[in-house]
Amino acid sequence: MNNLVIKNTVLFVVLVLVQVLILNNINLFQYLNPYIYIVFVIFYPLRKEKGSFLFLSFLLGLAIDFFSNSGGINAAATLFIAYIRLSLLSKILNKTDFDFQTFNIRSISLGKSFSFILILTFIHHLILFGLEYFSFNSIETIFTKTLLSTLFTTATIFIVIILFTKKN
Amino acid sequence: MQQIIRFIEKYRYFLLFLILEFVALFFTIQSHSYHKSKFINSANAVTGGFYKRVNNINEFFHLKSENERLAKENARLKNSLLIENHTTDTTNQFLRYKYITAKVYNNNYTKRNNYLTINKGLSDGVDAEMAVVNSRGIIGTTNSVSGNYATVISILNNYSLINAKLKNNNHFGTLSWDGKSYKTVQLNDIPRQAIFKIGDTIVTGGKSTIFPEGILIGTVKDFEQNRLINISLFNDMSALGNIQVITNLHKAEIQQLEATNNE
Repeated sequence: MNNLVIKNTVLFVVLVLVQVLILNNINLFQYLNPYIYIVFVIFYPLRKEKGSFLFLSFLLGLAIDFFSNSGGINAAATLFIAYIRLSLLSKILNKTDFDFQTFNIRSISLGKSFSFILILTFIHHLILFGLEYFSFNSIETIFTKTLLSTLFTTATIFIVIILFTKKN
Repeated sequence: MQQIIRFIEKYRYFLLFLILEFVALFFTIQSHSYHKSKFINSANAVTGGFYKRVNNINEFFHLKSENERLAKENARLKNSLLIENHTTDTTNQFLRYKYITAKVYNNNYTKRNNYLTINKGLSDGVDAEMAVVNSRGIIGTTNSVSGNYATVISILNNYSLINAKLKNNNHFGTLSWDGKSYKTVQLNDIPRQAIFKIGDTIVTGGKSTIFPEGILIGTVKDFEQNRLINISLFNDMSALGNIQVITNLHKAEIQQLEATNNE
């Protein structure tokens, strides 16, 4: 338990720093950035009690907002995907009861974990860019940015998962 | 009562989600309004301190180009000293603007609303709504200010509206940004009778208390029938190092005068 707290605290801090100090400055093709910090939502252990998880996700988004002067858009988007995580997972895996203690993103098949991450990332980015532009005039920009960034983020998240987690 | 408690217990995660989401949206909406003092910004000691450390390293890589730019600025200023009369009696001239040098710690140019973080704050005389420029031209206006740091609303921001004019004929309009390219901004509301062509210089208008007149902005790139002019910026917004914050020493006086007029 204690080990888990330390691990997630370190993950939280590292993700914030990596995101704001390195990844926000990548600017691929001049405007694409991967938002890797949402792996927190993917990695955080599944529990029946999800109050602390929701609160931590909110805080993570808010921390990113503090650094990038973006109001509360990251907080809103991250909180939303944190809230739908469990129901989305049970939809994708087609079951309602989980082995909460041992569940791990590497323990499900590659295709299923891919669609899980892709959908979460897409929803997160859509909320993020929707709130950032906040106008129907720029709906085209919102969708292009969402789609391209989703591809970029998903690819980077997969690299992170392969590099930093052990296969069961 | 029992029912209410049971309801809250049943939907407690959903309620927590709703509350936090409302808080996040509140911060978002607050950040969209220009004049409110904002809670979520990077002008605080923690974020400013982090950006300071990173900038110490980052600065090193831009030393050469930054030195070149400063040397050019020096030469230009020395040339203008030679042109002007050296024996001007300064006792009867008003000092209207004061320049404070600062460094950019963090710079965004890829989002819809871009902000910069700079290393000067209240303790250096920087306050909200001051002009930020460098030798190539306009950068933005200061927004949230803390003791040692300040955030700047870049001209690449939906909420940046700056008075600008054509250099050769004094017709003025409003500078805004459509969010597409960081090299181009837009000039609206130029009167119909104004004559201009591609390549004309655009400078700040001096109709506000923030910007002095004649700060460089860019040149006319192209324009549409409805008089929306695309301007290619002189400044490279993706590489900003040393900048200056301009204090208008007459600002309080002007605002006081305008306030009495409105009564």
